[in-house]
Amino acid sequence: MSRRLTQQELVDMAAGAAIMATGGGGDPLVGRLLVQQALDEGLTVDIVAPDELDDDAFVISTAMMGAPSVVVEKLANGNEAVTSLRKLEAHLGKTADATVPMECGGLNSMIPLLVAARAGIPVVDADGMGRAFPELQMETFGVYGISGSPLVVSDEKGHSVLIDTGDDNVRMETFARAVTIQMGGASFIAEYPMTGADLKRTGIPHTLSLASQIGRAIREARAAHADPFAALVEAVADSIYGYATSLLEGKIVDVERSIVGGFTAGRVTLAPFDGGELLTIDFRNENVVARRGDQVVALVPDLITVLDLESCAAITTEALRFGQRVRVVGISTPEIMRTPEALEVWGPQAFGVDHPWVPVEKLTSSLTSQLP
Amino acid sequence: MIIGIDVGGTNTDAVILDGGAVLAATKTTTTPDVTSGITTAVGRLREMSGVDLSAVSAVMIGTTHFVNALVEAQRLSPTAVIRLGLPAGAGLPPLVGWPERIVTAISGQAFMVHGGHEFDGRKISDLRQEELLDAVDKALANGAESIAISSIYSPVNAEFELIAEDLIASRYPGIPVTLSHQIGRLGLLERENAAVINAALRSLARDISAALTAAVRDLGIDAPLFVSQNDGTVMDLDFTRRYPVNTFASGPTNSMRGAAFLSGLSECVVVDVGGTTTDVGMLQNGYPREAALEVEVEGIRTNFRMPDVLSVGLGGGSRVRDGIHGVTVGPDSVGYRIGADARVFGGQTLTATDIAVAAGWADIGDAALVAKLAKSTVDGALSQMRDILENTVDRMRTSADPVDVVAVGGGSILVPAELASASHVHRPENFAVANAIGAAIAQVGGEVDRIFGVPAGQREAVLDTAKQEAVDRAIAAGAAPSSIQIVEIDEVPLAYLPGNAVRIRVKAVGDLPMGGTKG
Repeated sequence: MSRRLTQQELVDMAAGAAIMATGGGGDPLVGRLLVQQALDEGLTVDIVAPDELDDDAFVISTAMMGAPSVVVEKLANGNEAVTSLRKLEAHLGKTADATVPMECGGLNSMIPLLVAARAGIPVVDADGMGRAFPELQMETFGVYGISGSPLVVSDEKGHSVLIDTGDDNVRMETFARAVTIQMGGASFIAEYPMTGADLKRTGIPHTLSLASQIGRAIREARAAHADPFAALVEAVADSIYGYATSLLEGKIVDVERSIVGGFTAGRVTLAPFDGGELLTIDFRNENVVARRGDQVVALVPDLITVLDLESCAAITTEALRFGQRVRVVGISTPEIMRTPEALEVWGPQAFGVDHPWVPVEKLTSSLTSQLP
Repeated sequence: MIIGIDVGGTNTDAVILDGGAVLAATKTTTTPDVTSGITTAVGRLREMSGVDLSAVSAVMIGTTHFVNALVEAQRLSPTAVIRLGLPAGAGLPPLVGWPERIVTAISGQAFMVHGGHEFDGRKISDLRQEELLDAVDKALANGAESIAISSIYSPVNAEFELIAEDLIASRYPGIPVTLSHQIGRLGLLERENAAVINAALRSLARDISAALTAAVRDLGIDAPLFVSQNDGTVMDLDFTRRYPVNTFASGPTNSMRGAAFLSGLSECVVVDVGGTTTDVGMLQNGYPREAALEVEVEGIRTNFRMPDVLSVGLGGGSRVRDGIHGVTVGPDSVGYRIGADARVFGGQTLTATDIAVAAGWADIGDAALVAKLAKSTVDGALSQMRDILENTVDRMRTSADPVDVVAVGGGSILVPAELASASHVHRPENFAVANAIGAAIAQVGGEVDRIFGVPAGQREAVLDTAKQEAVDRAIAAGAAPSSIQIVEIDEVPLAYLPGNAVRIRVKAVGDLPMGGTKG
C-alpha cells in the first residue's frame, strides 16, 4: 500500500536519514525545507514499496551531486532534478512511473521526495546505497549490473548535460563530477534508468521507511523521557539491517582533518566515560573504520555514526568538535551490501583501509559484555 | 579613563576604569527610557570617584535594547527583503519558516530577482537594474521603510549587494539598506534572516544612538561613544546605526570578558552562576569562543556570531530534593523568591543556597535554620552540584589540559574550591559589575570569512592574504594599526569538491587609537 508523506514523517525521515548517512551525505535540513515548501504549496508525495511496482514499470533515480555546503548557499529553485528527469525521459522516449533515491543517507534522502512532489510521480521506498557514499558508481544498482548511463546533470538555469559512458559507471562519475564543478559545485542528476524488475533485484528495499522509523523512534522516546538509543536499536532490529550496537559512550578528545583530493579526511578520537580504551574513527567524508585501541570494531560499508549523547541526533564529520558528549553507533548492513561484488566497490580497500572486511556484529560480539 | 555601562533588562551597571584599575562601580535599575538609568549611574560614578567627567576618553555601552525589541516584536520597521540569485533559490523564498507574529510585526515583504555568484566568484546571472528597482518601488509603495539585500555567495563576492545599495540610494536617498555580507557568513537563509532582523532595527538604532549621545553629552562628557558587539569588540555610533543586530549577545560576552579581566586571565572558562541557571563560556585570547552552528533567535535561524555559552539548570535558588532516587538539585528554581522561600531566610523550600550555608561555604541568612539537615542530604547535594559544574566546564574545554576557571555571579558560592577539570578556581572581586567592565575594556575588530582556493603548497600564502584582509578591516573599523593582533584562525575544507576549496575565517582585533585602557 502506498502512503502519502506527512509533514511529521518528513521531519522523522530527515532525522533518521542523517543517522544513516554515517557522518557524511550533507545535512538533510535544506532538502527537508524544500520538500516542506512543496507540501505547503499543496503538492503531495506518495511513497510506494518496491513490490508494489510493476516489473515493467520505468524508474529513474534522482539526486543532488556535489558539495552540500554549496546547497545551503546557492539554494535550489526546486526544479533542477525534475529538469534532469524530464530530459532523460525525452532522450529515452519513455516517461518515468516513479523516482527512487540513489542514496538514503543525508540530503539525498530528500531530493527524490522533492522530485516526486514537483513531477507528480511516486517515490519508491528503496535506494542504491543504503547509507551515504561519495561516488555515483557506489550504488547497488551498478554493482548488480545496471548502467548508470545515460545520466542527465542539470543546474538551476535549466542547463543540462547528457552523459553516456555505456556500462562504465566510474567514467560516468568522473564526467558528471567535472560538469558539477562547472555548474557551481552542486548539480542535480537523473541516472540509473531501469525497470521495476531491475529495481526489485538491485535496490535496497524499505530504506526510506527505516529512516522514518529511526527518526520517529528517537522522537517518541525523547518525548516519553525514555532512552532514545534503545529506541534506535529497536527500530533497526525491526529492519533488514537488523543489528545496532553502541561502540562507545564518551567524549571527543581530538579531531584531525585534512583535504585529500576533494575529500575531508581525518580522524576523531573518543574517550569512553568508563575510562576504557580510546576509540578512533577514520573518515573520508563518511566514517570508514572504527577501532578500539588497535582492534577494528566496525568497517565500511557497515554504518558508523556519531550521535549527540542526549538528543541522539547525528553529528556529521564536519561538525565534530572537541568535548562533545556522544554515543557512537555501529549498524550492520543488509546482505545485498555485503556480497563480494559489493565489497569490491565499497569495501574497506576502496577507502584505503588495509583490513579484511568483517561484519560489525562479528567484530563486536566478543565485546558486547563490556559495553554499556 | 573609560566609562563602561551595561544596560541589562533589570539592572544598569556602570564602572569607571583608569589604567586597568576600577575607580568606581555602581548598579542601578534599568529605566524604560534607557537614558535616565544611564544618567543616574554615571552621576553616581562621578560622586563616588570624584572624577572630572570631561577627562573621560571613551564611553562604552552594552545594551539589550535591540534584542528585546525583536523578542517583544515592538518598535520594528516595516521591512522588505530582496534576494539576488534567480534562477537559483526560488524553491525557498526569503522569510521562509519565520514566526508569523514577527513577519506581521515587520510587515515583511519578500522579493527575488536575478543576480548572485557561484562559490568560485563567477556570476549566476547578471544583475538586472530595472528588475531590482521595480522590486524596490513595489516594496516602498507597500509601506517598507527599510530594505535588506541578500545575494547568493555575497561573502565570496559582494559586488551585487554593493551595486544594489548604490542603485537604491540614488533613487531613494535616506532609505536604510542592509547588506547581508556585512552581517552574516555563508549559509544563505541564515545570513539573509540576520540581515532582515538588522534592517527591521535600523530606525530604532537611529533613535537609540541619538538618545545615548544626548544623555552622555548632557553629563558633560565629550568623549566618543562606542557600543558593545557580540564578539567582545565595540563599534562606533555610525556602525551601531547600521548594524544594530551586532549587539544581540553582547551581554554574556561582556560578562565573560569582564570576569576574565578581573582575574587577569585570557584563556579560561567563565562560570557565571545566577539564581536559576549557570552560564559557562570559554575565553581564548581574551575573547569568547564562538558558537559554530546556526543560532535561533526568537524562532528565526541566523548565523551571526554568537558566543558559545552552555546554560545548565543550577543556580542559588535551585530546588534540592532528597527522595527514593537520591538527592537531586534543580533544574527548577525558586528564582526571585529565594529571599522568602529558602530555608536560611525562614522559608520552606530547600535550595542550593541552603546547602552551601549548611556546608559552611557561605554565610547567608540564618545558618541555624539549616543546622539540622541530614549530612547525607548535604553531601549528596554538594556532590550533585560538583558533578553538574565539572561536566559543564569539561564540555567547554578545547583540549584535555586542565583549565583555569573563573567563578562569578550571585550564585558562585555554589562553586567548590576545586573542580576536577580545573587547574584553579578563581573568584575575582567586583564580579557583580563584570558586564560593565567587559564593555569598558573592549577593542575593535575586523574579520574575514570566505572560501579561498588553496593551490598545493600555497597554504601559507593564502592564509597571509586572509590575515591581511582581516587586519585591513580592523583598521577600517578604527583600530590603531600597531596594536592589531590576529586572535582567531579557522580553516574548514569543503567536502565533495575537488580543487582544495577551503573556507577560511580570520579575526583581528586592535586598540582604539585614543589609547584607552586594555585588558
